[in-house]
Amino acid sequence: MSPARGSGLLRAGRWARWYVRELTDESAYDRYVAHVRRHEGPEAPVPSRREFERRRTDAREADPREGFRCC
Amino acid sequence: MSNARQAGRLSPRSIVIWTAVALIGAVGWSMLALARGEEVSAAWMVAAALGSYAIGYRFYSRFIATRVLRVDKSRATPAERLNNGIDYHPTDRRVLLGHHFAAIAGAGPLVGPVLAAQMGYLPGTIWIVVGVIFAGAVQDMVTLFFSMRRDGKSLGQMAREEIGPVGGAAALLAVFAIMIILLAVLALVVVNALAESPWGTFSIGMTIPIALFMGFYLRVLRPGKVSEVSLIGIVLLLFALVAGRWVAESSWAETFTLEPGTLVIWILAYSFIASILPVWMLLAPRDYLSTFMKIGTIGLLAVGVVVTLPTLKMEGITDFAGGGDGPVFAGSLFPFVFITIACGALSGFHALISSGTTPKMIQKETQVRMIGYGSMLMESFVAIMAMVAASIIDPGLYFAMNAPAGVIGDNVQAASEAVKNLGYSITPEQLAAAAKAVEEGSLLSRTGGAPTLAIGVSEIFSKVVGGAGMKAFWYHFAIMFEALFILTALDAGTRVGRFMLQDMLGNLYKPFRRVSWWPGLLVSSAVVVALWGYFLWVGVHEPLGGINQLFPLFGIANQLLAAVALAVCTTLLVKSGRLKWAWVTAVPLVWDAVVTLTASWQKVFSTDPKVGFFQQRSVYQDAINDGKVIPPAKTMDDMNTVVTNSTVDGVLAALFAVLVVVVLLDAARTCVRAIRNPQSAKLNEVPHEESQIVAPAGLIPTKEEKAELAAAGPSEDSR
Repeated sequence: MSPARGSGLLRAGRWARWYVRELTDESAYDRYVAHVRRHEGPEAPVPSRREFERRRTDAREADPREGFRCC
Repeated sequence: MSNARQAGRLSPRSIVIWTAVALIGAVGWSMLALARGEEVSAAWMVAAALGSYAIGYRFYSRFIATRVLRVDKSRATPAERLNNGIDYHPTDRRVLLGHHFAAIAGAGPLVGPVLAAQMGYLPGTIWIVVGVIFAGAVQDMVTLFFSMRRDGKSLGQMAREEIGPVGGAAALLAVFAIMIILLAVLALVVVNALAESPWGTFSIGMTIPIALFMGFYLRVLRPGKVSEVSLIGIVLLLFALVAGRWVAESSWAETFTLEPGTLVIWILAYSFIASILPVWMLLAPRDYLSTFMKIGTIGLLAVGVVVTLPTLKMEGITDFAGGGDGPVFAGSLFPFVFITIACGALSGFHALISSGTTPKMIQKETQVRMIGYGSMLMESFVAIMAMVAASIIDPGLYFAMNAPAGVIGDNVQAASEAVKNLGYSITPEQLAAAAKAVEEGSLLSRTGGAPTLAIGVSEIFSKVVGGAGMKAFWYHFAIMFEALFILTALDAGTRVGRFMLQDMLGNLYKPFRRVSWWPGLLVSSAVVVALWGYFLWVGVHEPLGGINQLFPLFGIANQLLAAVALAVCTTLLVKSGRLKWAWVTAVPLVWDAVVTLTASWQKVFSTDPKVGFFQQRSVYQDAINDGKVIPPAKTMDDMNTVVTNSTVDGVLAALFAVLVVVVLLDAARTCVRAIRNPQSAKLNEVPHEESQIVAPAGLIPTKEEKAELAAAGPSEDSR
């Protein structure tokens, strides 16, 4: 995942996309799958994206202090 | 790191650069302070703030990181040690900066400065800048550091473990009480912004179906596709904003023209239902919307202020600073400016964010400086922009909008007269024209800060985009942006309050602690909404003005929470053998405690009925006994309301102060014991573990860091 090659504009666009995906946690699933695969082998079972996103919001249900924002 | 740097000496080039930065800041401050009777450009305020931030960040935060906290880049952070790919994961510093900033900055830094502008722009600006450098940013950074060393423990847990059970329990109770007042005041700001405004009410109402649609999209249609659904949401949101104007001009207008009392009912019902619905339905999508709106609007505002560089029309220091008889909030400059402006200078609530989510995601210990100190400086700049927005509008209009209805009256003639009595001038025609320009029925006594800010924002934005014709759009854009994240905060805050209540009730009856136990969930949600709903209801119907009465309580609460956080930080510095440097948090702690306890003292014991709640109570009670009605109360019912409200507010002010004194005493006891017998101090720090991650400390990697990164080779965590 090294910085993309290409013209400056393209690179800036890719960087912005990467930043937004990280900031919104849209990349959470990819990150989790990569994490599991790295630690438990490339064939390790992973939840589907749907399943994973459900678990993530449900976790917030259980402890609302996660992701709490200030005034 | 070069030898010159390690010795703390600067290269000649740095000396030149930093002297120039210092000069820019100094010129800014002089222009602000020395201008008398002439209009000053907002450029000087921006220069003074940015120059001071740069110096504070470069020198003071560096000193705290290296000498006081001794951040250790060889020590693995919780994110590295406990990496589970979900909540604990090493996050790129630039992403985490965005996360943390979005979590700490909300309505607070926008509202406080607007209210404090009644004393002129200078006292508030000085406090925002000096306060953030020496108190607010220090608190955020040190709390983040200590929580990071404890795997992301919360402030309450740290208070219990490091200070003691009594201090810990008092801190927990204080957090809960403060949450209630916070929610009530935020809701009050929304009510005052939306009352009698069909445009605003319609567009905010539309955010509910938009959020439900987004929630469904993310849950069922395309799970996890956050950016695309946010984009759709923002387009719909802007459409709702435009449609608001059509509604306001149509026959539907009446349906969406709501009285404050009706709005209270709607908001309470919304918050209760939203807080028991699953997170994915409303809360999560609203969070995305409000974060994008927040970052976008704040960015636009920064650009707008820098591009248009408006002139400040408010005086540097008004007569209300010395007299303490200002109409927006009562009391003199000391201590009340320092509690009115909390977020932006020093905000206790940030300690709840700095301990919890952020420390679990930080990649390198060295990054606490950029994340903790840096993002607080950014929030402080948001407060400066709010101060600019409040100071560029005509002072006559400012006071007509921000003084309570009891002072201003209900028509433009009376308002013009009332403003004259306050020492400013605005004609009835000007007042009517100002309301017409933003397509509102009236701007009289629209207290709470949001409408005033929206007027300032519409002035600035319309100069960049659209001209005078767009003023109404930008005004409602600003209202929507504030109301959007306040409503989200009401939902999220009710959930947090409920969680704390469930935990407390769980001590009495076990099932309460189970979050999935429906009766417990419903009961505790209802209790939390009823508690803040009570204060909201009271605030809306308060003859003396809800903001005038409740905002000081909110400020006191927030600053007392800061005292708790700074007490925890100071205790930890002492216990970890850093007594020599304990002043770094002890000095702001003492200042904060003196300011806030003085404010509480005055709110409880002052013999000025405008300031002291109990004096107020007895003045009105005596009048009731004599069968008299004293203005601004109009009826005997009003008189009784004042008596009840002042009693409740006075008791609450006293309760806050007592809780915090308990925490401070317990912290002092722990510190004294640790100083007398350093061996006895038990730290709950996680032991050192070697870090494998190579990552820069600041935004831009230094030469040495670039070399380290190159030596480490490409890794997935470095970009």
